[in-house]
Amino acid sequence: MIIETKTSQAIQSNTPTIMTANNVDVFYGKKQAICNVSLNIPENQITALIGPSGCGKSTFLRCFNRMNDTINICRVSGEIKFSGQNIYDPKVDVVALRSRIGMVFQKANPFPKSIFENVAYGPRIHGLAESKDELESIVIRSLKRAGLYDEVSDRLSEPGTSLSGGQQQRLCIARAIAVDPQVILMDEPCSALDPIATAIIEDLMETMKKKYTIVIVTHSMQQAARVSQQTAFFHLGELVESGDTQAIFTNPIQERTQNYISGRIG
Amino acid sequence: MRPQIRNELRRRNRRNQIKEFVIQGVLIASSFVAILTTIGIVASLVFEAFRFFEKIPLTEFLFSLEWSPQTAIRADQVGASGKFGVIPLLTGTLLISFIAMLVATPLGLLSAIYLAEFAKAKTRDIVKPLLELLAGIPTVVYGFFAALVVAPIIRATGSGAGFDISSESALAAGLVMGVMLIPFISSLSDDVINAVPQALRDASFGMGATHEETVTKVIIPAATPGIIGSLLLAISRAIGETMIVVMAAGLAANLTLNPFEAVTTMTVQIVTLLTGDQEFDSAKTLAAFAIALFLLILTLGLNIIALRIVDKYKKKYA
Amino acid sequence: MPNYILSTSRLMAKRHAREKRFKWYGRIAIFISIAFLVFMFSAIIFRGASAFQQTKISLDINFSESILDPSSSRDPDLLKRANYKPIVVESLLSVIPEVTERRDRNRLYKLLSTGAVFDLSEKVADDPSILGKSKKVWLLASSEVDLFMKGKIDPNVSEDLRRLKDRDIEWIEILKSEGRIKKKFNKTLFTNGDSREPEMAGILGAAIGSFFSLLVCFLIAFPLGILTAVYLEEYAKKNFITDFIEVNINNLAAVPSIVFGLLGLSIFLNFFHLPRSTPLVGGIVLALMTLPTIIIASRSILRSIPQSIRDAALGLGASKTQTTFHHVVPLAMPGMLTGTILGMARALGETAPLLMIGMVAFIVDIPKGVTDVATSLPVQIFLWADSPEKGFVERTSAAIMVLLAFLILMNICAVYLRKRLERRW
Repeated sequence: MIIETKTSQAIQSNTPTIMTANNVDVFYGKKQAICNVSLNIPENQITALIGPSGCGKSTFLRCFNRMNDTINICRVSGEIKFSGQNIYDPKVDVVALRSRIGMVFQKANPFPKSIFENVAYGPRIHGLAESKDELESIVIRSLKRAGLYDEVSDRLSEPGTSLSGGQQQRLCIARAIAVDPQVILMDEPCSALDPIATAIIEDLMETMKKKYTIVIVTHSMQQAARVSQQTAFFHLGELVESGDTQAIFTNPIQERTQNYISGRIG
Repeated sequence: MRPQIRNELRRRNRRNQIKEFVIQGVLIASSFVAILTTIGIVASLVFEAFRFFEKIPLTEFLFSLEWSPQTAIRADQVGASGKFGVIPLLTGTLLISFIAMLVATPLGLLSAIYLAEFAKAKTRDIVKPLLELLAGIPTVVYGFFAALVVAPIIRATGSGAGFDISSESALAAGLVMGVMLIPFISSLSDDVINAVPQALRDASFGMGATHEETVTKVIIPAATPGIIGSLLLAISRAIGETMIVVMAAGLAANLTLNPFEAVTTMTVQIVTLLTGDQEFDSAKTLAAFAIALFLLILTLGLNIIALRIVDKYKKKYA
Repeated sequence: MPNYILSTSRLMAKRHAREKRFKWYGRIAIFISIAFLVFMFSAIIFRGASAFQQTKISLDINFSESILDPSSSRDPDLLKRANYKPIVVESLLSVIPEVTERRDRNRLYKLLSTGAVFDLSEKVADDPSILGKSKKVWLLASSEVDLFMKGKIDPNVSEDLRRLKDRDIEWIEILKSEGRIKKKFNKTLFTNGDSREPEMAGILGAAIGSFFSLLVCFLIAFPLGILTAVYLEEYAKKNFITDFIEVNINNLAAVPSIVFGLLGLSIFLNFFHLPRSTPLVGGIVLALMTLPTIIIASRSILRSIPQSIRDAALGLGASKTQTTFHHVVPLAMPGMLTGTILGMARALGETAPLLMIGMVAFIVDIPKGVTDVATSLPVQIFLWADSPEKGFVERTSAAIMVLLAFLILMNICAVYLRKRLERRW
């Protein structure tokens, strides 16, 4: 199979690239999960990774902040550059890396602590706040950016798990924002949420992209079409096609992409 | 259907029904053995303890600060009645259990955390069975080791440092009991730590926390109720432990918190009062049952609280 | 900015150092725990290894007819009661002739165990034709001599502080120079019951006592445990009574073992008047103690058997009981047996409850049944550990080694059973 011409449209050359993946392979034990994928992530835009389940899109997303390191049998080869630095270089501190590249997970996973402590966790461990007041202002700012502050301002000391599903997910976004990352990776952040909560989070992403670069994995093509500027379609561990979202959805080059977005595979 | 066959089937059916009925009866009867055992334990202890409290008032048992159950040969002898205050026994028991927990808690918890979070699979495969081996050793062996090896070492070290340490010090019994509890705590905590959902770990790692920060700031706080439960179970085990203290702790009911002195425990007194020659109705032998009742209430209470905490914890992350 | 993710900042270095330190705490904790285990095992082996050998003294015994059987009756009873001491003393004197005084002769005789004469009388009983002949015989040395030969008595210590005097040591040296004193394999340890004399004490009686207790324990706990587990898992509906049984079982598992001993004392001994100090009562008490363990283990095995097996049998028209006992229980059997063996291993090491029902007496005879008076291995360890005689120290350690060997054997059996017969669903 030829996977050379997978880029249908060159990304608008005026947006700078913040992350670049070059020939990335991922293995789980002997099984290859990602096969020779190269992709550019444009800064301050939303990139959506789509594809049928099991296609490797989540695995690929987790390469960007080396979350795959926590899985023993997982091996990554190739290179991913962040601001020109290969993040798989032995000199790179994975802890520092993840403070620049945050992550939001499929299922909202607030710590069993108060709302305040959830958001304060990152700034605390990374030593971002000099004083209590500063920490408080970081927490409030993050909650505001995640669009949650108005709903929880009077109960910051209540446990994070007492919030509704959508609020919990926004709390996790606030928690990720609190360390002021440059990139936020989102792994199907709305898959467990109802349409209203989903809509709120999609709006939130729209405003967030002014400040952050977002890479989102989604199984919903509509969501990808709604929120993203760039879309990458994965199938069986390969990147089939990537490029401008509108172009992918209206005029895909590859037949497999066509089949997927028209619902014939997936 | 031919009538013979119908009759035969009907007969078989009847027979089967009777068989099912009998078998179920046997099964229910065997399950009741557990209940009977509990009833037997409670009834025998309460009954004998009640007879004890006819001779010695409950208030003396609970509040007197003296324990000297020697019964006199002549009625007019000094201290003829004996003193039956459980407080010195309780403090002795708690002192030894406290020392044991002081040893077992950090060692057990740290081992569990290291094995669950940091160790390689290979290390775990070797170390876990070794720790379990520690749990499989009979307590009489620990007792022998405490009395013949640990106590003399402690005494020698103490006298080298200018302390006067009793040869049956609470310290020796407590230390060895602590080692006995390590595997108990570590395996229970291991379960508890493994029950913390992976999502919380991911969240913390995703924030750029180190593994240590994830453990101390997320996993341990999340696992705290379960860990407390397992510590309570360990304490209950320590309080009821018999052989180590019988062999390594003393008989003298000193009311002290000094770990270098000899203390006695509830279990030691039960054994001393009931082994050797005994007359069944004397306050002395009956006292053993009163202590045992007290011990049972204490350990069961701890156990019930602990199981409740652990249950609640498990439901939270189920 | 690109360098931000390189590990150069001081804060980062500090955080990583803390992680490293934390890992070391864990390693040290594990190290201490295992070091203790190793220390304990090596202390016990170090003390106990010598107990597998025993000092014997070889003498040319003249089975003089005029002393042992002056009437030439060959009556076995008389032969048994005959006084063997003179012939032993005589042969000792032939090796060490300078002893003349009566007091010294008695001392010399004390080099041998008091049990030595029993060995001789047994020899005569086995083969009366030996009378009148002279024969070289290896006799048990006394415990003090044994300890000296094993280097556990320091001859440089002031004479007043040891029971073995310089004189005795001189005699031992003479025996040594003639090759008449030697350490041999300690058969006594494995063939005798308890004894007041360390050199004659063995663990056979206690081991048999343990065996009978475990036999009773198994016969009661295994069927009861499995039936209860089957009832609770397969039959019982969730209601007040089953809840109550469950709570009961969980709490019984946490009752201190000594309380079970008190149960045995007041119910089985004082109420039912079962024979005191016997494996029968010991076994019953141990059974009640291990029952919760067996039930809990068996239930988890039953739970792991897939519903599809039951559905298949029920679908063919089998009754509940047929389904359970023809299909489910046989599949669960290896697992339940494993759980039972592990429970029994625990019971084998149990001491405290047995003390309460009087299995703590000094018993020389080897029990022949479950109603004979007996002790058990751990109780024997407890008794010997309490003995003031120095000779018992090494025997206690040896008994511990034997007990641990049995425990390890049982555990290996359990693991083997599990590996061999258990299925994964």
